[in-house]
Amino acid sequence: MYLRDIIGFSLRASLGYPVRTFLMLLAMAIGVGSVVILSTLGEGARRYVIGQFSNLGTNLIIVLPGRSETVGGPPPLLGITPRDLTLDDAMALLRSSSIRHVAPLTVGAAPVSVGVRQRETTILGSTPSLLPLRQLEMAQGRFLPEGDPTRAAPICVLGYEIKAELFGAAPAVGESVRIGDRRFRIIGVLSDKGESVGMDMGDIVIVPVASAQALFNTSSLFRIMIEASDRDAIGRAKEAIAAIIRERHDGEDDVTIVTQDAILATFDRIFVALTLTVAGIAAISLAVAGILIMNVMLIAVSQRRSEVGLLKAIGAPGNRILLLFLVEAAILSLVGAAFGLILAAAGIWVLGRIFPDFPLSMPLWSLAAAVGVALSSGLVFGVLPARRAARLDPVQSLSRR
Amino acid sequence: MITLAGICREFMVGDERVAALRDVDLTIATGEYVAVMGPSGSGKSTLLNIIGLLDRPDAGTYLLDGDYITGLGDRQQAALRRHKIGFVFQFFHLVPRMTAAENIELPMILAGIDPSERKRRVAATIDAFGIGNRARHRPDQLSGGQRQRVAIARAVIMQPHTLLADEPTGNLDRVSGGEVVEILEGLNSGGITLITVTHDPDLGKRAGRRIRMVDGRIESED
Repeated sequence: MYLRDIIGFSLRASLGYPVRTFLMLLAMAIGVGSVVILSTLGEGARRYVIGQFSNLGTNLIIVLPGRSETVGGPPPLLGITPRDLTLDDAMALLRSSSIRHVAPLTVGAAPVSVGVRQRETTILGSTPSLLPLRQLEMAQGRFLPEGDPTRAAPICVLGYEIKAELFGAAPAVGESVRIGDRRFRIIGVLSDKGESVGMDMGDIVIVPVASAQALFNTSSLFRIMIEASDRDAIGRAKEAIAAIIRERHDGEDDVTIVTQDAILATFDRIFVALTLTVAGIAAISLAVAGILIMNVMLIAVSQRRSEVGLLKAIGAPGNRILLLFLVEAAILSLVGAAFGLILAAAGIWVLGRIFPDFPLSMPLWSLAAAVGVALSSGLVFGVLPARRAARLDPVQSLSRR
Repeated sequence: MITLAGICREFMVGDERVAALRDVDLTIATGEYVAVMGPSGSGKSTLLNIIGLLDRPDAGTYLLDGDYITGLGDRQQAALRRHKIGFVFQFFHLVPRMTAAENIELPMILAGIDPSERKRRVAATIDAFGIGNRARHRPDQLSGGQRQRVAIARAVIMQPHTLLADEPTGNLDRVSGGEVVEILEGLNSGGITLITVTHDPDLGKRAGRRIRMVDGRIESED
């Protein structure tokens, strides 16, 4: 029997029972569609987060006060108070040859005003190293000047959004602003390029770190950002940082040192696991669709008893009949899967309109996996009814109407 | 040439064993016209099914043109049903979703005959049987007589040498029944062995040979 005829026969058999066929296609389409949409969402979430974090730059190390790992054992009787990270700690790190830039960060919020216009804004205290570290660019004026970081100079750099809010299109460099209860002179305005430090770089005012510490009355740092001299030096830099801080903090390991690579790897693992879990759950619906196929085909076989009996009478061997029913199940699975893919594409298009910034592209592995599982599900669940058809006794089925 | 020797067939009905055929010996020469008659339950349909390879005997031997059929596997028996035997049923058994022409084409599709040859043969058969104007209709759009004609066309499209008809006129009125019988007899005079099972004594009279069955045995012949 020609392959074309086999496919033609099975195809027309499906079309001959439109409602049953429609239900099976719907079940398959929903199963495949949900697997693909969910894996696309999971993959998109992963890419989004990884993308955001990738912007941090690859040789970056971040030092945070306090140890964030939990160790086993009873809570200490006298709590361990993590020491503050100080400016001196940050400057001490420059001793290491594996480190190229060190930028201490102090962060707070304060009202910033020019004349009558006032805004509560994030104030970031840092050193000139922040410019190369975060690849910032100046739109006007210049960044913080080199000099003694312990000196609190009354100068500041505005982010582009806050500049627009307070000055509009008028030049800001050289002007004076009030931050909190002090006056600062504007020496530059940031452009909108460069990487963030985890906050909106447009809506920020940068002052020397010592000025920020005076403003917020603190001697501790929010964190220290460090750039290793190159990729291979990251490991040594981490060790050097740990050693230097430990020495300065009376032998306590009370800081957390994070490298971007580790963050990325962790997030990647989390999101891959999340995506697979979610897709796996959706795949259950494919199994359900397969069971539906089996159910419907069993009914079809019993409805078509006299047809099967006739086929045997005109000379179809049992395994030919098995093949015909299996091909029918396979065709229905594939066509259902195709509809599922169309459904998924439509759903993703709609989501893309609602959330334009979210990266949405159907991962190829999920397309292949969904179609593959759909097909195998259809075949596995089609085998039982097909075998039943092949074993029908022609005499029995032909002696009735 | 069909030779049956010592054929026995039993069925389980509920939990009772019922003997449908007991020790049947029968020889039918090529080109004969035989009518198998008898009351309900006499085993005549079972006999036809065994001759047509739709059923296997529990005991005995079946020789078709000198070859032992009884030992053959499913594929080989299916091949014989495709090429050497044609079946016509009381209830027609046309595939409801296919047109008349597609129904007639079906045995050739199963046999793997190429599409152009199939079209040619179907066209020729349709003309010969006078169903040209109904060829593209579905069975539910045809009358009983037309359906049976389509069924006969399907049965002979592969040019078998034996045609088996189980109550071919059982579902038809007198006029259509008469037409169908004429077609069958026409095929027989062309050399096809014709074996019919029937209740109708008038139909039986037309055959060259009558076999009467009672209770699974051949009671008389003439």
